[in-house]
Amino acid sequence: MQPDYAIIGGGVVGLSVAWGLLKRGFRVLVLDGGDRTYRASRGNFGLIWVQSKGLNEPAYARWTRNSAAAWAGFAAELADATGMPLGLNQAGGFDYHLDEAALERRVAQYEGLKAALGGDYPFEVLGHNALKREEPNIGPRVAGAILHHGDGHVNPLRLLRALAGDVRRLGGEVRTGVEVIDVVHGDGFTLTLADGGTVRAARVVLSAGLGAMTLGPKLGFLAPVRPQRGQVLVTEKLPKLMNRPSGIIRQVDEGGVQIGDSNEEVGFDDGVTLETAAAIAARAVAVFPALERAQLVRSWAALRIMSPDGLPIYQKSPTMPGASLVTCHSGITLAAAHARFLPDWLEDTAEAPDLEVFREDRFAVS
Amino acid sequence: MKTVSPFRELDPAAQRVTIRWQGRDLVVPAGNLAAALLVAGIMPFRHTPVSAAPRGPFCMMGACFDCLVEIDGVNRQACMIEAAEGMAVAMPRVENRE
Amino acid sequence: MTAADLVIIGAGPAGMAAARTAADAGLSVLLLDEQPRPGGQIYRDVERVAPVRGALLGEDYTAGLPLARGLDGDRITRVPGATVWSIENGTRVAWTAEGRVRQAAGRRLLLATGALERPMPLPGWTLHGVMTAGAGQILLKQSGIVSGNAVLVGAGPLLYLVAAQMARAGSPPRALVETQTPRDLSAAFRHGSGALRGWRLMLKGIGLLAELRRAGVPRHRAARSIAIEGTGRAEAVCFQSGGRRHRVTCDTVYLHHGVVPNTQASRAIGVEHRWNAGQHAFEPVTDADGRTSLRTVFAAGDGAGIGGAKAAELAGRVAALAIARDLGAIDDTALAAATRPLRHALARERAPRAFIDAAYPPFAEALLPADDTIICRCEEVTAGAIRGFARLGCLGPNQAKAFGRVGMGPCQGRSCGLTVSAILARENGRTPEETGYFRIRPPLKPVTLGELAALTAADENEIDRRR
Repeated sequence: MQPDYAIIGGGVVGLSVAWGLLKRGFRVLVLDGGDRTYRASRGNFGLIWVQSKGLNEPAYARWTRNSAAAWAGFAAELADATGMPLGLNQAGGFDYHLDEAALERRVAQYEGLKAALGGDYPFEVLGHNALKREEPNIGPRVAGAILHHGDGHVNPLRLLRALAGDVRRLGGEVRTGVEVIDVVHGDGFTLTLADGGTVRAARVVLSAGLGAMTLGPKLGFLAPVRPQRGQVLVTEKLPKLMNRPSGIIRQVDEGGVQIGDSNEEVGFDDGVTLETAAAIAARAVAVFPALERAQLVRSWAALRIMSPDGLPIYQKSPTMPGASLVTCHSGITLAAAHARFLPDWLEDTAEAPDLEVFREDRFAVS
Repeated sequence: MKTVSPFRELDPAAQRVTIRWQGRDLVVPAGNLAAALLVAGIMPFRHTPVSAAPRGPFCMMGACFDCLVEIDGVNRQACMIEAAEGMAVAMPRVENRE
Repeated sequence: MTAADLVIIGAGPAGMAAARTAADAGLSVLLLDEQPRPGGQIYRDVERVAPVRGALLGEDYTAGLPLARGLDGDRITRVPGATVWSIENGTRVAWTAEGRVRQAAGRRLLLATGALERPMPLPGWTLHGVMTAGAGQILLKQSGIVSGNAVLVGAGPLLYLVAAQMARAGSPPRALVETQTPRDLSAAFRHGSGALRGWRLMLKGIGLLAELRRAGVPRHRAARSIAIEGTGRAEAVCFQSGGRRHRVTCDTVYLHHGVVPNTQASRAIGVEHRWNAGQHAFEPVTDADGRTSLRTVFAAGDGAGIGGAKAAELAGRVAALAIARDLGAIDDTALAAATRPLRHALARERAPRAFIDAAYPPFAEALLPADDTIICRCEEVTAGAIRGFARLGCLGPNQAKAFGRVGMGPCQGRSCGLTVSAILARENGRTPEETGYFRIRPPLKPVTLGELAALTAADENEIDRRR
């Protein structure tokens, strides 16, 4: 039977949308790439992060907060269905600063956003001593931190696997190792695959990450996304060293300390570099000096999917009704929103979230 | 605790050093640390951070990381280290995640 | 940053021979090796050990003496105890030695990284007291210690050699549990002229077997359903052989079913690899000189494809000469004259390989282990979990890594990589080549964050502001 939706891209974004649609009773087909496809879903930092999001766009801050708030229920339902706990912890997160002035500048920005959101932006500022009570292992050079109570983290790989399993359990069809090279519209959609096969579906969601760069224009989207490299380090499994995650350092539930990250404009190069790794390591050691003796066991780089303003793009095709573009660089944070709220937007129900500010005509040259 | 090693030295007259294992003195042959601990009857070397399973040397050539021990606060492969007089060696610290 | 014409990683037969040959041709050589003294695994610590235990270990071991002694000289800089963990742009290497990180840039890089024991995941193989046969031999060679209560399990010439050496040391193994079948041997004889050379090696093997018989070591052939039993530590090896179930008690088990190229470094550099079906392993693609798909990077010895110590030594010399020609130290005529006899000798050394590979095939039960057998020793992932990932659409090892942490531990997949690829290939009905291998990234071996951080002069506040 022809699926209601073909989802192009089986990463966390595509699978979250697929999962949400399946829960609403739709027939869903997910088309996913191969083993060496660029995959932010395999290389991300696992944060469910509210602070610093939408400093210049309160609607993004709100969308992020709504997703963070929906995460507990989403994670519980997935864990229940798959028997696999996701390591979710949303007890707040830190933004560490070694430099007092930088901390103050950041606090001023947060105060501005808090005002724009009508006061609903729960953060506090901790000086070194107050921070030391929360995180006894911080080093003497840490000036302080912003503690945002809406922040948290999850085990992103278990999220990926839980989604991959539950989408199938819910009756979704997932085909891996395929590449969509063309899409034709007319009485539904016909998707042409690189292996010569075709797939038909009533509607299409393009959630192919960087794959949208080439496929997007064929569906009538601008899809102005680009790769941005982030390098990450992870240590051997250590006894508990820290209580909360931060934007650049966190201890995963399995014990490894994950340290990031970099923002590099290097095209599709997803290699790691010694220079950046050393800089990342130096900063981590400054925050948690005990890490000096921890063994680095892995490093990797992954490519973020960045739009020109860094915000997600939710766009319905102006030329191919029934096709939607869903892309963002915060697929973990927004997974709950994509699972819970996007089906209403895709289906144009009365409960559809207002995603007008995320349309891609904001990038059009006027 | 008296330990009996399955390993026997071909040349029991070999040079000795005194190291500390888990806080107690241990007189062992000089040379490869993993071999020294084995002949001293030390087993296991560690418990895994995943399931707390006991492990000891497996490959003796630096490939497998089952002989990890803590020296000077750093977890290192015992099979790649030479035992030195006074060296303090311990099982790596692992968190009980059960 | 140190500079050298040629940076060699590994001081086994290939690396030692290449260092001497390159230096003789006038190149400056930086020889990095993880061990405190040269020799690699085959000639481990040969200069120190040969006078003490040379007779026990035999001529195949003491043959490494001239190579190790040949490293003395002006143009060879040796860095023992050097753990190389990063290789950038083909020839820039970073290593840790004595707790400090150093870097070097070479005009050419030679990977002489040798072999690893082929992973032999059997039920109980993670119990302590279970080791590889190579490990048992290293303990005997380097440290002069021998287990008095060991069982050897698997197949291959090394298994017999280790057993014989243990017998000479006065501690013959309790039993040899052999996975080789008479059919493997008869199949091997189809390998034509190679079989003749192979037969001479077999005679050597027959000599070893005679030693074992004299020492009263029981041999169990064509063993199946092998499991190691014990609580925490190895206590017995159980198996099926000769139509009945056996249980041999012991406290040490040595496993071996062949060796495979150690491709961690070549993988990390990103050179091309191919599947060698005869050896059931991946190896870097090299030309007759040992040049990889990257112009400045060469590979020689078992790390470029299993051929044994003699072949490794010859291949190391050939690669060194080709590099000397590359860098203008010798001309084409000199290159041709110097390599001709080496290539002939290399062909002779390699001739019996297909015969040996066929005569001692890997143990099928360990290539595709039963569901509840742990295959990733670091993250404790079972074969069944990998099959489960395949049912989730997992086509290759990198997705398997994401799904279940397999290969994510400190060993970087050395112990499980081939098994993961083999299981996924089987489950998905694809070839090992289509299935692929783990993407290897630095650090090739762990490095402390403190050592790594010391490389940066950048002020952390600067990083703070850039964010």
